[in-house]
Amino acid sequence: MPDIPVSSTQSDLEGGDLTGRALFPHRHLLSIADLKPWEIRFLLDEAEHWARSNRGGARKHDDRLAGMTQINAFFENSTRTLLSFEIAGKRLGADVVNMHAGQSSVKKGETLIDTAMTLNAMAADVIVIRHASSGAVALIADKVDCPVLNAGDGWHQHPTQALLDALTIRRRKGGFEGLIVAICGDVLHSRVARSNMLCLAALGAQVRAVAPPTLMPPEVEMLGATPYTRMDEGLEGADVVMMLRLQNERMDGAFIPSPREYHMLYGLTPERLAIARPDALVMHPGPMNRGVEIASVVADHPQRSAITEQVEMGVAIRMACLDVLTRGARGVEGWA
Amino acid sequence: MTKLAIINGKLADPAGNDLATGVILIEDDRILATGDITVPQDAETIDAAGLVVAPGLVDLGVFATDKPAFHFGGITRAALMPDQSSPLDDAGLIRQATRAGKPDFWVHPIAAATRGLKGAELAEIGMMQAAGAKAVGTGRQWIADSGVMMRVLSYASGLGLTVITHAEDSGLAGKAVATSGETATRLGLPHAPACAEAMAIARDIMLARVTGGAIHFRLVTTRAGFDLIRAARADGLRITCGISPAYLFLSDNAVTDFRTFARLSPPLRSEDDRKAAIEAVADGTVDVITSSHDPRGPEDKRLPFADAAPGMAGAETLLALSLNLVRDGHVTLNRLMTLLSANPARILGVNGGSFAAGAAADLIFIDPDAPWIVDSGKMAAQAGNTPFDRMPVQGRVRRIMKGGNFL
Repeated sequence: MPDIPVSSTQSDLEGGDLTGRALFPHRHLLSIADLKPWEIRFLLDEAEHWARSNRGGARKHDDRLAGMTQINAFFENSTRTLLSFEIAGKRLGADVVNMHAGQSSVKKGETLIDTAMTLNAMAADVIVIRHASSGAVALIADKVDCPVLNAGDGWHQHPTQALLDALTIRRRKGGFEGLIVAICGDVLHSRVARSNMLCLAALGAQVRAVAPPTLMPPEVEMLGATPYTRMDEGLEGADVVMMLRLQNERMDGAFIPSPREYHMLYGLTPERLAIARPDALVMHPGPMNRGVEIASVVADHPQRSAITEQVEMGVAIRMACLDVLTRGARGVEGWA
Repeated sequence: MTKLAIINGKLADPAGNDLATGVILIEDDRILATGDITVPQDAETIDAAGLVVAPGLVDLGVFATDKPAFHFGGITRAALMPDQSSPLDDAGLIRQATRAGKPDFWVHPIAAATRGLKGAELAEIGMMQAAGAKAVGTGRQWIADSGVMMRVLSYASGLGLTVITHAEDSGLAGKAVATSGETATRLGLPHAPACAEAMAIARDIMLARVTGGAIHFRLVTTRAGFDLIRAARADGLRITCGISPAYLFLSDNAVTDFRTFARLSPPLRSEDDRKAAIEAVADGTVDVITSSHDPRGPEDKRLPFADAAPGMAGAETLLALSLNLVRDGHVTLNRLMTLLSANPARILGVNGGSFAAGAAADLIFIDPDAPWIVDSGKMAAQAGNTPFDRMPVQGRVRRIMKGGNFL
């Protein structure tokens, strides 16, 4: 691992000047927009603990969620996020049940609200939801009695992704103040980008949104990012280059002419990465389209790429979120 | 022959400039005379002291025949949009729709311009007119094919019918559910630029120029749209436009928190466009205020925002919200009645919106200051999907007369 510059925000790792445990006054985790910067740091600090214990050897079990039921209700396909939430829940001792839209009554015409009421009636203690429609997770959260974690809703939010990205950046870069982060690709349709722009801007980074004009959301500045439509300008001086997945259905001429033209103009190649800072970190939320938004040699770069570390931090962040959101129900002192 | 004299009321005559105290004399279902007249010996008198007497509202463009809501709101006639479960593209369906509200409520169906509202082949507009259709409409969508739209305008003008069109370029609007801007970006909603409206209006104005047809743009909601309409009217084209209170009092930030009751078509606009809409009402560019009443239950609204059906239940709040325009000094009460009653009646060619001798005795008695709170849980409408839930408003209709009879 390269040298980690120690910035003034290193104290983040220790939780700031106050030594007491910070409260997290939210019932659900639905959007980064709901969180104060210190609440984000609190979750990162909690996750840091789990990141260390996850590396601590073969036995990673902690049974604080023993007897609790965690339902992962995924109305949209997912492999890594679902797996990550499942592993996180199991490491905490929860009984984890996965519900896939493909095998559920959703396909039989049951409404989202009815499905939510059903999950609630089964006395889940925490529900993790992914849905293809923006706002769908908040809609369900309103109707159930237990905490809800948003695992991605439409183009809107994917808060645990932003938190795991922030944790990865903090571990590799030491902090956020003054850090230039370029978020590149299909920003328009990306919940990952929306969550990350809000999260990183709140933590003090300078965020850039780099996208073809057809894939740039209007007024992206309001989310704390400066728009760049030319990749090379957006990469200039960047400390972190965060690539986004280009969805297959956007590549057919509707938003960009072709994958190869996209690769030519916006693909992260070694030549292009050289425009960023020499120690710039490369990130990608996965799954990658190798040869489209990112060249394999960049994705697999042993020092520069943090892509597998992101996956690792994903488990830690989700453990932290599951732990924190169930503290009230578990009667943890000061939380119940 | 029964004669009724309404006395002591303040008359909001759309043809007048100010409220005036006077008498309305009614015989059977018609107004005999209005103003400073002597009450005949044989007339029964109705005391309207403390109330404003106005023509029954004529609602140009509703999606359901929802009598309890219309009666609550003082609406005595409504033009029914062709977007029904079976599109109103056939004389039989039109005849059936005209009978749905009688005797105490009159429905004036809008004939579908094209078969099945598909925007391709002309529907039997003439036969539907004979069956009672009062206008021709494109429904919730515009007609994308300019050739078809030109023939619709041309054909309808031959029959003396106005074409009521939806002004959103479908190529731009696509699957959008919000106007491009900060709110749509924050919420991650499919969005389209507001100019989708002006593009549609610009094309249809060109076609109106060529065909000489009359167009009513049912909902115009953007500054650019109003500018085009002002210019076209200055050129003498037969162009009118309407708006609903939602676009006058809400902007797209009402969608924050994914409130599906604020999912409308066209979508709510920016604050700048909202202000432009108020100006357009004040300067006379807007001809009609409609409720665009579209009651939608939980099965259509308790869904993720983009999956929810557009539309709001507006009939009950139409008058009370519109009275805000009078309180804020944008229009007089008489002018408001022109927008809510006389103009829509004129565009449809129906007997309403007037106190003149021979006019239909459709009257409402308004207590203009009566306060109440909009409550989506307690509405008279088939559904309570209002984005104005919990808003305090003023103005209640105390009595309604339809065709000379009190309801």
